[in-house]
Amino acid sequence: MAIQILMPALSPTMEEGTLAKWLVKEGDTVQSGDIMAEIETDKATMEFEAVDEGVIGKILIAEGTEGVAVNTAIAVLLEDGEGASAAADAAPAPVEQALVEDVPAASTPAQAVAPVDTPMEDIPEGTTFTKTTVREALRDAMAEEMRANEKVFLMGEEVGQYQGAYKVSQGLLDEFGDKRVIDTPITEHGFTGLAVGAAFGGLNPIVEFMTFNFAMQAMDHIINSAAKTLYMSGGQMGCPIVFRGTNGAASRVGAQHSQCYAAWYAQIPGLKVVMPYSAADAKGLLKSAIRDPNPVIFLENEMVYGTSFDVPDLENFTVPIGKAKIWRQGEDVTLVSFGIGMKYALEAADRLATEGISAEVIDLRSLRPIDYDTLINSVKKTNRCVTIEEGFPVTSIGNHLSATIMERAFDYLDAPVINCTGKDVPMPYAANLEKLALVTTDEVMAAVKTVTYR
Amino acid sequence: MAAKKQARKTNTSGEELLEHYKNMLMIRRFEEKAGQLYGMGVIGGFCHLYIGQEAVVVGLEAAAKEGDSRLTSYRDHAHMLACGMDPKGVMAELTGREGGYSRGKGGSMHMFSSEKKFYGGHGIVAAQVPIGAGLAFAEKYNGTDNVSFTYFGDGAANQGQVYEAFNMASLWKLPVVFVIENNQYAMGTSLQRASSSPELHTRGEAFMIESEAVDGMDVLAVKEAGVRAVAHCRAGKGPYILGVKTYRYRGHSMSDPAKYRTREEVQKMKDERDPIDHVRDMLEQGKHATTDQLKAIDKEIKKVVSKAADFAQTSPEPSIDELYTDILR
Repeated sequence: MAIQILMPALSPTMEEGTLAKWLVKEGDTVQSGDIMAEIETDKATMEFEAVDEGVIGKILIAEGTEGVAVNTAIAVLLEDGEGASAAADAAPAPVEQALVEDVPAASTPAQAVAPVDTPMEDIPEGTTFTKTTVREALRDAMAEEMRANEKVFLMGEEVGQYQGAYKVSQGLLDEFGDKRVIDTPITEHGFTGLAVGAAFGGLNPIVEFMTFNFAMQAMDHIINSAAKTLYMSGGQMGCPIVFRGTNGAASRVGAQHSQCYAAWYAQIPGLKVVMPYSAADAKGLLKSAIRDPNPVIFLENEMVYGTSFDVPDLENFTVPIGKAKIWRQGEDVTLVSFGIGMKYALEAADRLATEGISAEVIDLRSLRPIDYDTLINSVKKTNRCVTIEEGFPVTSIGNHLSATIMERAFDYLDAPVINCTGKDVPMPYAANLEKLALVTTDEVMAAVKTVTYR
Repeated sequence: MAAKKQARKTNTSGEELLEHYKNMLMIRRFEEKAGQLYGMGVIGGFCHLYIGQEAVVVGLEAAAKEGDSRLTSYRDHAHMLACGMDPKGVMAELTGREGGYSRGKGGSMHMFSSEKKFYGGHGIVAAQVPIGAGLAFAEKYNGTDNVSFTYFGDGAANQGQVYEAFNMASLWKLPVVFVIENNQYAMGTSLQRASSSPELHTRGEAFMIESEAVDGMDVLAVKEAGVRAVAHCRAGKGPYILGVKTYRYRGHSMSDPAKYRTREEVQKMKDERDPIDHVRDMLEQGKHATTDQLKAIDKEIKKVVSKAADFAQTSPEPSIDELYTDILR
């Protein structure tokens, strides 16, 4: 029987890809293991191998097609003795195919996450914007700062020849060479210490952790060596360094690869901690982080790397560390979040608006220092607050915000603050359990209903 | 009394020997004073003395040049004195006073000098090793011919990050001299009880790092090895390991009851291998200095140390405003 060859998922977060090139044509015989096509994911171009043997009966998706959803039929494989008619039978009906093509547009995170309009502040009137993914914005920020300052260099696992495990450093090796884009051995503890030494020695390292989960091995150098030396040296010796990489849950990668470290690092005096959501903030904050004379923890999220936002076409665009952004004004409740949590906050705000509840949405952007004033002023106006984050609930950022609101705006509160967080469990692998373990927009909605007594 | 090891025959000039003598004696007298102040409660917390190991840092500093950097563990007073930091500032840091190198905020284990390129003073065992490789990375990046002297003990030599640093230093040909100060006890655990191989200088073989074993009680042997190591690094040949065997006379820290070794063992080292006595013998045998001259040196050093101790006790405690300064730049 003819077999449909489906568009493969080639990474945990891949939902669609580009069928870059067919390496077989109709009528070719393929053996299991033969490379049939090159498929470009959001991270890399990958070779796609045949699993079964047979003859390529029909190619359904032409090479060069972008946005092919995972599990779309891309070709039909005939078994021995089957004719072309079998290929036609196996090919999905045209109507179905049209449906398949429609799906990715509606279901990609880019569409679901990106707000209709991206609010910008302190941007001169008349500024033009370019739709840019978070991934490209991060790369642009590094490239611009590396052009401006010879002392800035990037080091980490696979940042150079591989072009970045998540493609964030794509093209940097070509432009800056291997003196400044340095592939390290897999040795987080060692290369983090080494980078701290290089910062003591007058350089400005950017250390990429493939994920912040791996930075656990380097925690001692981040905390004891990088964050504390300025203080311990009586102000003589600072550590101008950026530690950046993916943080938080990706998709189906299990407990050891899915954890938000925002609350961990935010506790440490001597560090700055930022966690941007939009591409503009990712770019502006990363540029600020690289210029900062202090160690900066820069928490990214793989789930939004491919999301596009408006980024201003400005020569020297930066976003100050320590300043929150009000994404939308509202009257009835303050939703405060950061990083990917903003996705839930903004979705909830949209849905609440249809129910007549006006939510003010604040993106903290920086978790050390925290822009308390923006939050407190908002709470004084709305008298209600829900915090949203993907991290664990115990000693979360939300807990800290609740305490601060209690101290500074107790008399303004009409309801207790509710913290929406990830659940108090190691991240499960099973798809249904993983979904349950993360914070959801429904939970944010329910929390808002509670604090507004609806 | 056990037989003292004969002073080696040397062509080293009297001038140089005197310099070594003064530098080592300075460290010893300083550390004795620090021990005394600790006993009086003037110095708090942890205090790790270098007495017995003086030849190591003095010999290696004699191989250093302007612009080289150095860093070590928490047993760091001697390294600071040897690279020319002011004894007053070091002692005042031990007492936690405003006049200390870190204005009282670092303490015995955490001191730094940008001016002398002394990069600490590290309280976490072996943390300084990759940092030292990073300092060398910066020298190479900046195209200098300076080296990083990265000191660590026999205890630290068993930490994984040491080997991560060895690998990268060798892979990237970083100009770092790894100095393993093997004083034979990691706190209370002897080398034999903690290391599968006692030959610590061979620990870099798997990373193709050149190395040698050095007699750390002989300042001239240390210096000669240091000169070879530094030449190797400055020539762009990558790192070099010196496995320096030495001995600490005092406990791991001031609060160490030292039950893990006998008094006789310590006394034997003092009698037979004392690094300062050794240089003194060379000076006397070579007729480079009279007993009176040596006494005058001793007196002068005592005066410097005494002044440092006075300063450290009279310098005020840091202003309470200092609590919140130097957290960020």
